[in-house]
Amino acid sequence: MCCCNCNNNMDKHTALQQVIDELRNEPGCLMPIMQRAQDIYGYLPEEVMNHIAKELDIPVSDIYGVATFYAQFNLEPKGKYIISVCLGTACYVKGAQLVLDELEKVLGVPAGKTTPDGVFTLNATRCLGACGLAPVIMVNDDVYGRLTPDQVAGIIAKYRE
Amino acid sequence: MDMLNVTIDGVKVSVPAGTTVLEAARQANIHIPTLCFLKDINEIGACRMCVVDVGGRSLAAACVMPVSEGMVVKTNTPAVRKARKAVLELILSNHERKCLSCVRSQNCELQRLAKELGVEESRFCGDNIEYPLDEISPSLVRDPNKCILCRRCLAVCRNVQQIGAIGAVERGFKTQIAPAFNRSIMETNCVFCGQCINACPVGALREKDDTQKVWDAIADPEKIVVVQPAPAVRVALGEEFGMPIGTRVTGKMTQALKRLGFDKIFDTDFAADLTIMEEATELLDRVTNGGVLPMFTSCSPGWIKYVEHNFPELIPNLSSCKSPMQMEGAIIKSYWAEKAGVDPSKIVVVAVMPCTSKKFETSRPEMALNGLRTVDISITTRELARMIKSAGIQFTQLPDEECFDELVAASSGAAPIFGATGGVMEAALRTAADVLEGRSIEQIEYTAVRGIEGIKEATVTLGGKELKVAVANSTGAAKQLIKKIKSGEANYVFVEVMACPGGCVNGGGQPIVDASTRMDVDPRVARAAGLYAEDAAKTIRKSHENPEITAVYADFLGKPGSHKAHELLHTTYTARK
Repeated sequence: MCCCNCNNNMDKHTALQQVIDELRNEPGCLMPIMQRAQDIYGYLPEEVMNHIAKELDIPVSDIYGVATFYAQFNLEPKGKYIISVCLGTACYVKGAQLVLDELEKVLGVPAGKTTPDGVFTLNATRCLGACGLAPVIMVNDDVYGRLTPDQVAGIIAKYRE
Repeated sequence: MDMLNVTIDGVKVSVPAGTTVLEAARQANIHIPTLCFLKDINEIGACRMCVVDVGGRSLAAACVMPVSEGMVVKTNTPAVRKARKAVLELILSNHERKCLSCVRSQNCELQRLAKELGVEESRFCGDNIEYPLDEISPSLVRDPNKCILCRRCLAVCRNVQQIGAIGAVERGFKTQIAPAFNRSIMETNCVFCGQCINACPVGALREKDDTQKVWDAIADPEKIVVVQPAPAVRVALGEEFGMPIGTRVTGKMTQALKRLGFDKIFDTDFAADLTIMEEATELLDRVTNGGVLPMFTSCSPGWIKYVEHNFPELIPNLSSCKSPMQMEGAIIKSYWAEKAGVDPSKIVVVAVMPCTSKKFETSRPEMALNGLRTVDISITTRELARMIKSAGIQFTQLPDEECFDELVAASSGAAPIFGATGGVMEAALRTAADVLEGRSIEQIEYTAVRGIEGIKEATVTLGGKELKVAVANSTGAAKQLIKKIKSGEANYVFVEVMACPGGCVNGGGQPIVDASTRMDVDPRVARAAGLYAEDAAKTIRKSHENPEITAVYADFLGKPGSHKAHELLHTTYTARK
């Protein structure tokens, strides 16, 4: 099975199989299996959903339905760095939209998408809870506050290195 | 059984414990409107169309609310009427209201409710997303713009057929009933049984309409257009013209086909008899020469596709016989063409089928004969009804006189019963018994294989030998039966499978019976009764005694299973993902 471009697919497949075997007999096991599968692969590739369907003997349309219903599931691979731009009220009035626009320009992808080189995923989010630092973005676990659009290119460059 | 006393709109009824308010109301002759409810298939209380006042703080959904002792139900209060109307207006808020051109106009549960509840213009405007039609399959068209998300289609697909080709995707206004991964239904393991169409209350699912191709062929003076209706069509077509479910209209049907301009009226029933000759021969050969057993029937294209997708290792168990529709097409373009002195390339074979999967079968590359398609166009019972209506033919006024043409249309009583689950088995047993006994035996009816139970098993004694046979109807039942066979729990010689519940009489191309009617009448039973009556009315009731069958072997094919028969009447299958 080949699910993504990673070179350790067999390990991932083995890990997924372990999860399925561990949880398959528990009632309501589908969501936990999907969550763990996403932990393993970073997202839910089509082949993984097909595999889970086959193992649990349920239609893959069920799994796809759950995967598209909940925002927590990703159907596309995520970048190495996930950029979350806070569009909560405080950040928004402090110009978060301008920061997001600039990020879209610098990265060349719209919000919700991943750069073709797989390095960055750009997300617009609800309040990150750091309103005192508005406008705020997070790059993985790093927080950047009181941003202006002209600082964006520099931050991105740091992670490109 | 515990009986509970309930008062519904002042009417006292006594019903068994476990009865829903909806069912209890029906006994009091009160019809509560429903939309997502489909008896035995979808009972989820989702649409809230059936809300009633049961004295609680909020209104209850009658379709899932069990009655309790002394319950007082009001189905027609101002609050109930207001709630139902609001629910309907919300459903209409993002429904594509193109009733004028909708194939389900006047046969649409949503349209009828809007009229009954007095909805004039919807107060609400929802997020009307425009979806492209999914129409690349030869069988089905999906129109998400008309879908009201009642989930009746996915319930029948997932729970009855146990396929789950479609499911609920996304959420909110973006919710769609669709195949996984945004694919077309063509790219799934859908078997095109069309049960979803029969379950759909609106026009969101329908067959691919091929009637224009038929009109074009009929209008072409160069073409000889011949038609073959399947057994199940003759006990359902009348419903489209207001006749009771299961009415036999064989005579009127042939009269209507003649008036539509078909040059010859043949009958798939003839090929049903032919199928028995070939299939019984194949079965006896497998039994005596150690072939692969159990042998599965191969008439149902949905079943064939189901095996190809899900159990490719069982392909050797499938009879190599083509379906009756394909046999009829092949024999028309060879034997009949020769007898009639007609160039086969000028013949257009139109099949009228209770089936949407037959359109897919018609398109299978191997269904060809000397570069010609064996069957050119396959239309459903519903499409034929539309043609008859559009031609202005007053169907109910037509004489009840069959006007089939000669050579490839006569049938025995064993043929019409092909349309009901267990019918192919019974027809095969009638012939196999005579062959094994070496004489014409008196037993004709094998009632053990009749009826709508999902799986039927029987042990029959033929020629002193005990044979275990089984019949499954619906792919879901077939899946259970396959499990039994694989686990070694059951050991059959011959297994009949029809993809649709009840067999072809309840095929995906049959007239649509609305949810309300289905609470009182089971079309599977009513239509099957029509076919068994057709059988009983015939003097010849065994396939091998049909004189046109004897003639086709004597004059053309040689004997069943001959080289020529194999060339024309048998086929191969393909494993699919």
